[in-house]
Amino acid sequence: MKKYIILLLILFIAPKNSFGLIEVDITRGNLNPLPIAVSPLSIDDNSRKSFQKLLTKKNIGLEISAIVENNLKTSGLFNPLNKDAFLQAPDIANLKPRFEDWNLIKAQALITGKVEYIDEKLRVEFRLWDVLAAKEMMALAFTTVPNNWRRVGHIISDQVYERLTGEKGYFDTRIIYVAEEGPKTKRIKKLAIMDQDGANNKFLTLGNELVLTPRFNPTSQMVTYLSYFRNLPRVYLLDIETGMQEVVGDFPGMTFAPRFSPDGKKIIMSFAKDGNSDIYTMDLENRIVEKITNHPSIDTSPSYSPDGKYICFNSDRSGYQQIYVMKSDGSKVKRISFGNGIYGTPVWSPRGDLIAFTKLHKGKFYIGVMRTDGSGERLLTENFYQEAPSWSPNGRVLIFYRETKTDSDGKGFSAKLWSIDLTGYNERKIKTPTDGSDPSWSSLLSN
Amino acid sequence: MKLNKILKNSLLVVFACLALSACATKKVSTGQMQGDVYTGTDTVEYLASGVPDRVFFATNESVLTTASRETLRKQAAWLRKNSDITVVLEGHADERGTREYNLALGERRANAAKDYLMTYGISSDRISVLSYGKERPVDSGSNPLAWSKNRRSVTVKAN
Repeated sequence: MKKYIILLLILFIAPKNSFGLIEVDITRGNLNPLPIAVSPLSIDDNSRKSFQKLLTKKNIGLEISAIVENNLKTSGLFNPLNKDAFLQAPDIANLKPRFEDWNLIKAQALITGKVEYIDEKLRVEFRLWDVLAAKEMMALAFTTVPNNWRRVGHIISDQVYERLTGEKGYFDTRIIYVAEEGPKTKRIKKLAIMDQDGANNKFLTLGNELVLTPRFNPTSQMVTYLSYFRNLPRVYLLDIETGMQEVVGDFPGMTFAPRFSPDGKKIIMSFAKDGNSDIYTMDLENRIVEKITNHPSIDTSPSYSPDGKYICFNSDRSGYQQIYVMKSDGSKVKRISFGNGIYGTPVWSPRGDLIAFTKLHKGKFYIGVMRTDGSGERLLTENFYQEAPSWSPNGRVLIFYRETKTDSDGKGFSAKLWSIDLTGYNERKIKTPTDGSDPSWSSLLSN
Repeated sequence: MKLNKILKNSLLVVFACLALSACATKKVSTGQMQGDVYTGTDTVEYLASGVPDRVFFATNESVLTTASRETLRKQAAWLRKNSDITVVLEGHADERGTREYNLALGERRANAAKDYLMTYGISSDRISVLSYGKERPVDSGSNPLAWSKNRRSVTVKAN
């Protein structure tokens, strides 16, 4: 990724003393999103025409600010105000906002900026203002290739989010998922990738063979997934940039449920043989395979803690699917789920403190979280069928998929991607060109 | 008067209960399921005359029922007679479970069938196992009967 995007981040005014300026609390359900005015990025006539020719967008300044606005809005923490009410012209606002005017429309924060076309590059600068305190909170400028204009909008959103919440954003990210089409009995599935906001959707496989459960490497643009190529279900690696694929290891049977270790150097997965599934790792550099669990029950869905020291996984050794935690060498196995119902798909939060899971209880499926010792179970959403949560890189949002009930003629089936905040608020359906399942969230692309 | 009314009401309740239980028994008496194991023949195909191709399982289970063992003995007899034939046992789960666990469960079910065929003299070289988890339901409905048809291991000719 770094190869094809050259981003020059020049911090011209480091955020100095933040004392007393606006802050957004993201640890609770936010019922009063912060009113924010996103003034369109101003653009001079020559630059506007150059971008129009290059990108066939009439006003790239407007387009970029629309991305910022949409990101902030979907986060649920901000309420972008209607542009029709803005009194000050974008170019003048960027020089020196008339805070009274912005105060009048009840904006508490203001984003201004400009775009220029310089040496065939796109140069953006933007500022974040605290309207009530009448102060600049941050100012940034960067230059990139014009084709990256959407990412510019995401990077601005991440900067604003971080400045106002004190935590890293998650907008300059992508989602890999399984695109689905066709009748339920003969579903066609393809790997697909898109920006976090649903833009730039691209199919990565043709649908000739069944593919399932793609997961990002947290450190690169590699993906691991399950493919039924030649009717042999095996874990594969895919380099998204080059399209190169390879099978992981040489196992005499089905390998499945793959995930990367936090350093990206190992794959952890299940291998099924003679009716028994155990957890294995394979080192991607020296190809050494290690057996981590050794139990006659089903052990699957492994996920590392962010420090790599522990693994949570799913096992039915107690009779039903439950969640267990063990040390990364397989020792000290401990069951952590004890509530009513059965538990699956545990995923360790990138912040380290929580494990997200799927729960089935009395015919309903839930997405929930618990602490890593199993305490503090909290169910976020209930539905007919949903599973497979994946964390945003800042550990504040979960993406998962949901299926609808089918009638006796097999009609009414759909599978869609959804997201929900850790707080249990802000549940949203994510638009995809086809049905979708098994989403996995990438790390921040610009780190 | 008042007592009469109460009696009338309770009679109504009793009738309602009877009507409901009649419905409930009717559902079971279609004879398609025993417990939650499918016992019908809707989806069953035949490897040869009198040799059904599939066996069914209870929710979350991979234990072979008496009927399943009978089917597998027929398959074993047919395989012994046709010693050049190799088979794939395709294991499946219903849609009411997480994808990864269901892949493992499908594998476990197909292996239960494989083990049984082996005890009736079929060499493991002639049997391979393929789990589809919940990816290939035979009935796309979201109801207990459809789910019971989907919890299955199907013996498919490989050559």
